[in-house]
Amino acid sequence: MKTVTLPVAYMPLVDAAPLIVAQEMGFAEAEGIALDLVAAPSWSSVRDMLAFGRVDAAHLLSPVPVAMALGLGGVTTPVSAVMVLSVNGNVIGVGRTLEARLRQNGYGFDFADVAGAAKALARVAEGPMVFGVPFPFSMHAELLRYWFEHTELGQTAVEIRTVPPPLMAEALAAGDIDAFCVGEPWGSVAVDQGSGALLLPGKAIWSFAPEKVLAVRTDWAETEPHLLRRLMRAVWTAGQWLAQPDARTAAAEILSRKTYLDVSPELIDRALHGRFTISGHAEQREVTGFVEFHEGAASFPWRSQARWMAHRLSLRHGLAPEAAMDKAAQVYRSDLYRGHMVAGDADMPGASEKLEGSIRHATAVASQKGQLTLLPDTFFDGRVFDPDAES
Amino acid sequence: MEPKLTIVVVEDDRDRAIAIVDALKTAGDHEVVVIANASGLARRIVAHAPDIVLIDIDNPTRDMLEELTLASGPLERPVAMFVSGEAGGLARAAIEAGVSAYVVDGLSPERLKPVMDTAIARFRMVKQMRTELAETRRALEERKVLDRAKGLLMKAKGIEEDAAYALLRKTAMDQGRRVADVAEALVTASELLR
Repeated sequence: MKTVTLPVAYMPLVDAAPLIVAQEMGFAEAEGIALDLVAAPSWSSVRDMLAFGRVDAAHLLSPVPVAMALGLGGVTTPVSAVMVLSVNGNVIGVGRTLEARLRQNGYGFDFADVAGAAKALARVAEGPMVFGVPFPFSMHAELLRYWFEHTELGQTAVEIRTVPPPLMAEALAAGDIDAFCVGEPWGSVAVDQGSGALLLPGKAIWSFAPEKVLAVRTDWAETEPHLLRRLMRAVWTAGQWLAQPDARTAAAEILSRKTYLDVSPELIDRALHGRFTISGHAEQREVTGFVEFHEGAASFPWRSQARWMAHRLSLRHGLAPEAAMDKAAQVYRSDLYRGHMVAGDADMPGASEKLEGSIRHATAVASQKGQLTLLPDTFFDGRVFDPDAES
Repeated sequence: MEPKLTIVVVEDDRDRAIAIVDALKTAGDHEVVVIANASGLARRIVAHAPDIVLIDIDNPTRDMLEELTLASGPLERPVAMFVSGEAGGLARAAIEAGVSAYVVDGLSPERLKPVMDTAIARFRMVKQMRTELAETRRALEERKVLDRAKGLLMKAKGIEEDAAYALLRKTAMDQGRRVADVAEALVTASELLR
């Protein structure tokens, strides 16, 4: 098999791990491909490099392919999310000013109670609170909005503003934003620089939120099915490797290299092990499964996940929800996932849609190989998203 | 006569900003405004009601401009990255040159093209200069490390500079690595042993 080099764009984040590991641990090579990993300075760059053919595949925020399908944002080239790269992995944090006010009121920073955190924050708000997120179309923005809507923050003046992740700590320190939702390691970087404290893991709001996807141009998926299959298999194997507890230390070392994240392995380790230092007071908090690359069919692109995002985007941007959800479901390619992964080790669910938020305990489900357990996917307020009931 | 185009250039570096503005002004009678990276970037840009916004593709604050494409107020003009039709080729050339452009809806390709051609040429030049500068810096840095590595070898083994260099080169060849990498490993190791 002749090795083919595939250019792939990514943002330097912990959840780019499956792509970086696929290349560094030889999983790509085993499939006869080499990944030419191109680090991007911004999410718009990642999207544009993919849309205009500078790269063949990309690490992309899960709502971006949905937004593109709905004609929202600058570029609308048809793009397919062929697999989910990571589930969860964000943190919500506050700057020093809010942290001090919360502490004055005796808030304990439990890093778990979503409604409690909202209540405490609503009590200390003075004027509109500005939250930084990495991109307008991001799970970060969706999780924050969901949190606002269903808690006491719904009555509080809040604003969401785009701030590039590496500048989040700086923006907090400068007072441009009061709080943030960002992917690791940038939350921990803010803590270590003394500019803020962590309030909640994103997982506490939605316990199985698709965070990043592997995206390719839809026409490329059609013209290069063999390359796509090799890429998907390499990335899937990398996810499986990352799920082994023993692999995490090595993964943190690899990711920390100058060519990738260029931060200390200890910072990366926090996310991979789910052990956080949440403030300058060295308070430690643990989160099981803070970021998931493999377990619970994490990489399966559920069409219902796309529908959830489209439903929310459609309401916000004045689009017809039903049509938006149908368009979105078309770009989360569970069909390609089944087609390309069937011959490998991946087990996959019998269905391509689920009632998002309905799995309360790890549940064994009907699957191709009969050994698949889905992990809880609840929303903090217990709501269940039924696309049919919403349309 | 058609009204002037308003072009906003997002650029921190003063010299680069001037170079870009000068080039754009020679391309036509345009109103060119330079804005440095700052918080609230999107709102400050909207205040100028630009026809075209130009920003370095490597600028991380670019994501803040994405909010421009969502402008939905009745007085705001939607801005899109130009992608469709004839502009498609221009977009690709722009990305290769390292510039992203946001263009107001409905601006005709005939008016856009000369501006973009100029911007693309100018950004390409800037990119080339930056690459050369980075190359020069790297070469200087490697040179420094190489000199230190030679010095270490000369002292440790009591050999001449030529012999020290020959030893580094032989080691590099035997290990299939660059001389600069071997030198760097030696310097790092010696710092650890100190």
